Amino acid sequence: MSTEAVAVITFPGSNCDDDTVMALGRLGVPVVRRWYRDRDLGEARRVVLPGGFSYGDYLRSGALAARAPIMDAVEDGVATGRLTVLGICNGFQILCERGLLPGALRPNRDGRFRCTWEWVRVATAPLHWPEFRPGTRFRLPIAHREGAFTLPRAELDRLWQEGAVFLQYCGPDGAVGDEYNPNGSMDQVAGICRGRVMGLMPHPERAVAAYLGSEDGLRFLRAWLASEGE
Amino acid sequence: MNRYRVVVAIRLKPEVLDPAGQAVAGVLDQMGMTGVESVRLGRLVDLEVAADGPESARALAEAAARRLLANPVLETFEVAVEP
Repeated sequence: MSTEAVAVITFPGSNCDDDTVMALGRLGVPVVRRWYRDRDLGEARRVVLPGGFSYGDYLRSGALAARAPIMDAVEDGVATGRLTVLGICNGFQILCERGLLPGALRPNRDGRFRCTWEWVRVATAPLHWPEFRPGTRFRLPIAHREGAFTLPRAELDRLWQEGAVFLQYCGPDGAVGDEYNPNGSMDQVAGICRGRVMGLMPHPERAVAAYLGSEDGLRFLRAWLASEGE
Repeated sequence: MNRYRVVVAIRLKPEVLDPAGQAVAGVLDQMGMTGVESVRLGRLVDLEVAADGPESARALAEAAARRLLANPVLETFEVAVEP
């Protein structure tokens, strides 16, 4: 696990940035904080877009934050292959709105904000993360109203073929089915990974101690920090 | 430069589930308006645009819709320049 610094971006309305900094701190990783109006990420080659309600979810969740100045730096870093990115919840929505990940997060099918513990499993091993093995499970909380991953069927089929469908909601034993789908995501998708850009709706940073209900988030973040290749 | 009022109408694609529209339809039904068979919620954006002519006002509004106001995965949009 690399101990190079990780940048955590705060957008106006981010509310999981402190939790993310704390979780990374527990793993002994130095953190640099960046503001949405910053135009660079400094020396950091890894960045986390945290959860929250950037811009009050105005227009669409993540739509306005996706056009913030710092996102030009994120896009440049992705384009040049020097940056590894993790978007959590609102951060995932921002990555999709920016076009750095495919698809969109539409409102949950029951129209409700869902705040529950869910199981997720690694559906396809992401290329640059050897510790995310297929079938690995995590118990993580979700907290969102717009979390149903959506895109045209043919495009989702292509994502499966490309190996981009990273994480799916599942049962405690890893079974995948609509009964374990908390929000109406197509194919129970909980997270997507393309290249060095990963996004997921569940909150690993909220599951970092037994007294919070699960430590699986630490395991998840440790695996994310163990990315390989340049 | 002239000023134009441009209306951008944004709609969910027909195949995209609209829980909010369904909730509104359910309440209309409770209120006795049983003839309303479907409700789909969209968004209407009024723009005031400074441009040389109506076609450049339209082009600017279309760029705004394409690049920010609408999400092409979920939504379609129509642009109308008011006379």
